[in-house]
Amino acid sequence: MSKTLVEKIWDAHVVKSEEGFPDILYIDTHLIHEVTSPQAFDGLRKRGLPVFRPKQTVATADHNVPTLNQLLPIKEELSRYQVDMLTKNCAEFGIELYGLGHPFQGIVHVIGPELGITLPGKTMVCGDSHTSTHGAFGAIAFGIGTSQVEQVFATQCLLQSKPKTMKIEVNGELGKGVGAKDIILYIIAKISAAGGTGYFIEYAGSAIEALSMEARMTICNMSIEMGARGGLIAPDQTTFDYIKGREFAPTGEEWDKALAYWKTLYSDADAKFDSVLTFDAADIAPMITYGTNPGMGMGIQEHIPATGAQPEKEKLSYQKALDYMGFDDDSSLIGKPVDYVFIGSCTNSRIEDLREVADFVKDKRKADNVTVWIVPGSKQVEQQAKNEGLDKIFEAAGFQLREPGCSACLGMNEDKIPAGKYCVSTSNRNFEGRQGQNARTLLASPLTAAAAAVTGRITDVREFLEKA
Amino acid sequence: MKKFTKLTSAVVPLNIENIDTDQIIPARFLKATTREGFGENLFRDWRYENDNQPKADFVMNNPTYSGQVLVAGKNFGCGSSREHAAWAIQDAGFDAVISSFFADIFKGNALNNGLLPIQVSEEFLSQIFQAVDQNPKSALEVDLENQTVTIIETGATESFEINPYKKSCLINGYDDIDFILNQKQLIKEFEQAR
Ligand code: SF4
Repeated sequence: MSKTLVEKIWDAHVVKSEEGFPDILYIDTHLIHEVTSPQAFDGLRKRGLPVFRPKQTVATADHNVPTLNQLLPIKEELSRYQVDMLTKNCAEFGIELYGLGHPFQGIVHVIGPELGITLPGKTMVCGDSHTSTHGAFGAIAFGIGTSQVEQVFATQCLLQSKPKTMKIEVNGELGKGVGAKDIILYIIAKISAAGGTGYFIEYAGSAIEALSMEARMTICNMSIEMGARGGLIAPDQTTFDYIKGREFAPTGEEWDKALAYWKTLYSDADAKFDSVLTFDAADIAPMITYGTNPGMGMGIQEHIPATGAQPEKEKLSYQKALDYMGFDDDSSLIGKPVDYVFIGSCTNSRIEDLREVADFVKDKRKADNVTVWIVPGSKQVEQQAKNEGLDKIFEAAGFQLREPGCSACLGMNEDKIPAGKYCVSTSNRNFEGRQGQNARTLLASPLTAAAAAVTGRITDVREFLEKA
Repeated sequence: MKKFTKLTSAVVPLNIENIDTDQIIPARFLKATTREGFGENLFRDWRYENDNQPKADFVMNNPTYSGQVLVAGKNFGCGSSREHAAWAIQDAGFDAVISSFFADIFKGNALNNGLLPIQVSEEFLSQIFQAVDQNPKSALEVDLENQTVTIIETGATESFEINPYKKSCLINGYDDIDFILNQKQLIKEFEQAR
C-alpha cells in the first residue's frame, strides 16, 4: 500500500495500535529544557520511577538564560532556581545536560540539528511547541505538554492518535529579497493561524527542495503557528550532506545503513493526503505581520486589511489586535519608525541567518533610533560567527551580538521589549505581551529585520537590493 | 487525576478569538517548578494593570459572572505547548472550557489534567454567549457520560465529541501514564525487535 512520509515513519514506531485507543508511539529522542520539565521530574519522584531511557534524552538550558555574562550566576532568582533545578534533575536521573558554559548549549531546536541528534525517520518530542523544527530532516517531531514529558520519561512512549496529513506544495522561484521566513509567513497568512489544526504537514515542491537545511528548519518551525501538530520535509541530498560529519551523526557502516533507510523516506507517488494546497513562489513578497497572531501578515507593500472586510464575528477581535499594535486599518506600514530589532529565536538564529544579516549590513550602520540585538541560537553558532568575523561586522554596524538563548523571543529572561515599543523580530510569535508587557511585535525575515535596523523604519529590503 | 462526570454551573464568557497561551499565562510566570498557584496569574495582563490593580472591564473581575465553565471564542489555546495554561485555568476554579475550536496541544494538555475541553458548533457557541448576555446567571449542564451540553434556561442542547479512551480516563480519574506503564513489557519487546 502506498504511504505518505508521515505514515511511513509513524507506522515504524507504533508499539501497539488498538481500536478505540490512541496508538502507543515509540519516541526515539526526547529533548528537554528547564521550563517544562520540573513538574515532570516531580511526577516521576512521586511515582517512584526512573527515567526509562535516559540515553535517549538530551537537556539544555535556553528559555531563561541571560544573554550577557552567561558565566556569572543568573541574577533573577526564579530563573536561576529553574536552571539549577534542571541541573539537579539531570544529575539525579542520569540525563546528559548541555547547560550554561557547555560548548553545545543553545536553543533546544538549534542544537539538536547541529549536533546530528536530529535525523531522518526519527520520532522526536520536546515540551515545546516549536519541536516541529526538526521535521526539516524528515522526522516526526512535535511539541508536548508536561504530563506527556513525564510519560516519555517513564516509558519512552506516548499515547497519540494518528494525525491527518496535509501536503503544502510551493513551486517555482523566489524573488529577490524573499526567503524561507517569507514563505512560511505567507502560507500562514493565507490559511490562518488555525488553518493547519489537526494536521501533520509535509512541505514539498521545487521551491522547498531548493532550500538549505537552515531555511527548511525555518519553515517547519512555524508549522505550529497555523495550528498544525508538526511539519516535515522529505530528506534528500541536501539533508544528508548537512548531517554527515556532525558530532553524533552515524559513521562508517552505521552511516551506510542509515543512509539506505533514509533514502526510502518519501511520500509514495500515489499516497493520499487528507488535504493538498499549492502555492506559487513567485507570488511571495517580503512579509511582515501587523497584528497579534502570526496569521495577521501581509506583503510589505500591502495595506493592512480593512476591519470592515472581516467576517462579522471576527471584527471585534480584529480591531482589538490593531488597537494593541497602534495601527490603523487600511494603512501601509512602510516608513513606520521602529524601536528594536531582534534577530534570533529557533526560527532564525542559525549561522546562515547571521551570515545573511552580516552580508547585508556590511559597510552600513544602524539608525540611531533603533536598538539591535542579535542572539545566536547556540554556542556553536556564536563561535562560528566569530570565526568568520561576523562579530566585527555587527560591531561596526552598531548591532549587539549577545550570547545564545531564547531571549526576547518570549522575554523570560531580562531581554524584554518595553511597553508600547515596536520590535521587528525574526522570531515566530507576535502575541500580545510575548516580547514583554505591551510590547508590539512585527514578525519578519532576517533581511527585512536588518533593513529596518539600518533605516530605523519599516522598509522594503528590495529597495537596497535593486540599488546594489 | 481529578474525576469528571457531570457539572451544572454558570459560566464566565470571554468572547475573543484566537486566545493564545501567552494570554492565558504569560511567560514571565512560568518560572515555578510545581503545578500549583498558576490561577492567580491566569489572563494576567488582561486582568490586572501593571500596578496589580484589577481592570474593571475584564470579565473575571466582574462579580456578575462566575462559574466553573469558561466559554471562549474560536481557536482557544493556540501557541505554546505550556501545560501551565491548563493548570492556570484549573487552578482558577474552572473544570471545563467551551469553544468552537481548540488548538491541539492545549486540548491534549487539558484532557491530561482532568479539565474538559468541549468543542461546540459556532451556532451553539453564539447561543451560549447570547444567553449569558441576557442573563449573566444562565447556567449550563455538562454531562460527560452522555456527551451533551445544555443551556438550562432555553433547553437548547448539543452533543460533543470526545475520544472514548480519554472519556474513560476523565470519568475514572486515571491518566495516560497509569495506562501506558502496564505496557512496559511490550515496549521492551518493540525495542528489541528493531
Ligand atoms: S526561541 Fe522562542 S519559540 Fe524557540 S524554543 Fe525558545 S521560546 Fe520557544
